[in-house]
Amino acid sequence: MLTGLTIAEAAAGLRAKKFTAEELCLAHLNAIEALNPRLNAYLTVSHSQALDQAKAADAALARGDAGPLAGIPLAIKDLFCTQGIRTTAASKILGPFVPPYESTVTANLLRDGAVFLGKTNLDEFAMGSSNMTSAYGPVENPWKRRQNPDAVLVPGGSSGGSAAAVSAQLAMGGTGTDTGGSIRQPASFCGIVGMKPTYGRCSRWGVVAFASSLDHPGPFARTVQDTAILLRSMSGYDAKDSTSADVPVPDFAAACGRGVRGLRIGIPREYRVDGMPAEIERLWQQGIVWLKDAGAEIVDVSLPHTRYGLAAYYVIAPAEASSNLARYDGVRFGLRTNGDDLRDLYERTRADGFGTEVKRRILIGTYVLSAGYYDAYYLRAQKVRALILRDFTDAFQNVDALLTPTAPSAAFGIDEKTDDPVTMYLNDVFTVNGNLAGIPGISVPAGLDTDGLPLGLQVLGKPFDEETVFAVGAEIERAAGFTALPTLRAGATQ
Amino acid sequence: MSLDPATVRRIASLARIRVTDDEVEVLRGELNGILGWIEQLNEVNVDGIAPLAGATHAAARLRDDVVNDGGYPQKILSNAPDGTGEYFAVPKVVE
Repeated sequence: MLTGLTIAEAAAGLRAKKFTAEELCLAHLNAIEALNPRLNAYLTVSHSQALDQAKAADAALARGDAGPLAGIPLAIKDLFCTQGIRTTAASKILGPFVPPYESTVTANLLRDGAVFLGKTNLDEFAMGSSNMTSAYGPVENPWKRRQNPDAVLVPGGSSGGSAAAVSAQLAMGGTGTDTGGSIRQPASFCGIVGMKPTYGRCSRWGVVAFASSLDHPGPFARTVQDTAILLRSMSGYDAKDSTSADVPVPDFAAACGRGVRGLRIGIPREYRVDGMPAEIERLWQQGIVWLKDAGAEIVDVSLPHTRYGLAAYYVIAPAEASSNLARYDGVRFGLRTNGDDLRDLYERTRADGFGTEVKRRILIGTYVLSAGYYDAYYLRAQKVRALILRDFTDAFQNVDALLTPTAPSAAFGIDEKTDDPVTMYLNDVFTVNGNLAGIPGISVPAGLDTDGLPLGLQVLGKPFDEETVFAVGAEIERAAGFTALPTLRAGATQ
Repeated sequence: MSLDPATVRRIASLARIRVTDDEVEVLRGELNGILGWIEQLNEVNVDGIAPLAGATHAAARLRDDVVNDGGYPQKILSNAPDGTGEYFAVPKVVE
């Protein structure tokens, strides 16, 4: 089946004229039509634009000037502005918004010939770890528990729609954004690969802002190599993002075959948390054995401030969000609810337009930035952030990469963990410090739990050394031999 | 530190989000839960540590201080809920 190919296989097949980009696109659009009403992974399917892009890719392939992603069908998180295609951030407040411009990352993918199947669901403004805060309904994880196949599980979040789409073969790859774990955690929950590059590697221009110092665009795919292929296209210096890194973009895919012989892999002892299932601990130990067997040297390391990362994040991210989301005023774009005067218009628009989690975070952010509390909360959290970066910098004096679990659990039920916001926040305990420090990280599917649900391992690396992260990730992928497929996927009989 | 209803209303007012009395009570519980959990940051010794505002590992590049974009008001207004001519429109502000 065309939908089951990897990006590398599809690119080769297109060039060998085994099938056309139009056929590849139609196979995916048909699969979306069949499964998306249930999964709710796509909020918008850009049917006609996708077919136009596929035909253009076929023409470029025939001419011999096709880009590296010519004809490759992708899912785009509905946080990336796409010119002429509605972009909602899964919020009511952006419900009517049609961007007159294209984000840099999606423009880079289009430049290389990619086909955009549509815009995928997410937690509202990327604030969540379950995709349940979307104003347009939750996403169903295509994976099912063996013992209880009727239970609806979450795909993780915030990039849950892209992760579910790639997992269910409704796209070959996709884009996500990762502010506290929003690419890596859903990749782990959906049994696919997700990569958060170094801060500054992918431009944030045209990506709806949540927390600007923590937001990282990045790719999803079903193999480490495919993820590397996508990242190369997405990356690059952009004058329109003042934090964009002016550094060369290497051939990340080439690094996937490097192996790990001679690499020093750190195992941070603080990444063991209370209540973590024993099978995640076992999988982590298995990962250590795999890397050791492949010639890596395993080193015990300490990141002493690990446990404070999440609390620092829940000061810094809401603070930045309260500032970034001030722009939704009902005047310039998006939803408007009329009021008695201008202030009343603002207050009613924002009350109607934002969901409960977004309101909570704006209020927390407003509070920690307000007079009298700034030093106690915001400044202190920024100092803890400095200590977390120092932990990593110290560890990387001695090791080339770190190996940890991606998330403290497998995918959970859609009705679990909803009563207390802090319980939901704990999903990001292993991923969030990578955002605070801005270092690259990947989640690779490494095994199944006893329910038959996928679990990921995370590799973290030095700033701008995504190549080592890909090399280690590819080694885990080879050793794990993960071939399990989700219950709900293109072409599977339900 | 525990938020009282008046403080929740003041924060909501600063954030320009209208809240009902029922919402104030629910938010008070949730915000206090989150702030209570954040208190753990007080366990960390941060003496002499400079605050870190961002995760940028590359030096920022400067550009010439020139206007390099703009001049398309209709494109900007295309998403406005209300507009007139080349302007956004809002309820009357000055009597």
